[in-house]
Amino acid sequence: MKSAVIVFPGSNCDRDVAVALARVTGSAPTMVWHGDRAIPKVDLIVLPGGFSYGDYLRSGAMAAHSPVMTEVASRAKQGVPVLGICNGFQILTEAGLLPGALIRNAGLHFICRDVHLKVENTGSMFTRGYKTGQVVRIPIAHADGNYRADPMTLDRLEGEGLVAFRYCSAEGTVGEAHSPNGSARNIAGIFNEKRTVLGLMPHPERMIEPMLGGSDGRPFFEGIAEALAA
Amino acid sequence: MKARVHVTLKQGVLDPQGKAIANALHALGFDSVIGVRQGKFLELDLKDADTASAEKSMRSMCERLLANTVIEDYAFEVWK
Repeated sequence: MKSAVIVFPGSNCDRDVAVALARVTGSAPTMVWHGDRAIPKVDLIVLPGGFSYGDYLRSGAMAAHSPVMTEVASRAKQGVPVLGICNGFQILTEAGLLPGALIRNAGLHFICRDVHLKVENTGSMFTRGYKTGQVVRIPIAHADGNYRADPMTLDRLEGEGLVAFRYCSAEGTVGEAHSPNGSARNIAGIFNEKRTVLGLMPHPERMIEPMLGGSDGRPFFEGIAEALAA
Repeated sequence: MKARVHVTLKQGVLDPQGKAIANALHALGFDSVIGVRQGKFLELDLKDADTASAEKSMRSMCERLLANTVIEDYAFEVWK
């Protein structure tokens, strides 16, 4: 499988996700600079975590208008899978490729720790490596991860099975007390209508082997590799 | 032309920073504070020759970049 990781000024998880893709899928991604207008022919585009443009104006707002984003949007429309992790998720919402917005964490702190997530829908190339309802431990590292959308949009996301992951307790209980950042309905990650675009705040690429503290992120990339090999 | 833009969170959108500021004001003894909403203020210098064209470009800038209309409202004024 061929993939591309877009590198913005201020991206800092681009290499982590490149290592995860190379280790788990067996093929290293092409790194594409945000100023490029062309992206090679690939099966997957990744917008990595970080602090593109220093989070100026709003997290992801400047990156969403980078030259490369026109091509990312056009590929996404053609059905090319696009994955946005953390800042990548913020960029996807700012670019209008996913609904809603990510605002400052409810507690105002930058939170860097492992959280538990419930896998809500395994019917996508990104989540097929997990079981429905499975609880996984994955780290978060963000200040603006508080997912917000109007109630109609939230109902639609839930009704159409477009919520990918929710924050929960270690036992899998979903509730306000287990939302680290105040996200509406504990939402940690969402799909577009066709489930070919996924945005999530947690970092599965930081949990791909025991030496990193756990390997719950590995099935995420294994699922992608399987889906794209088929 | 000059322009000023105010970007504010929509009513109903949680404003954790505004809340923290209100708490700090209470701690300083400003008991009359009922609530605080934090926003952004931007000043722009424009090449536009007249008010109509400046307003048109400002509206487009606000919609496309300066505000995220999913969560924010904007208001602007332009003058010579």
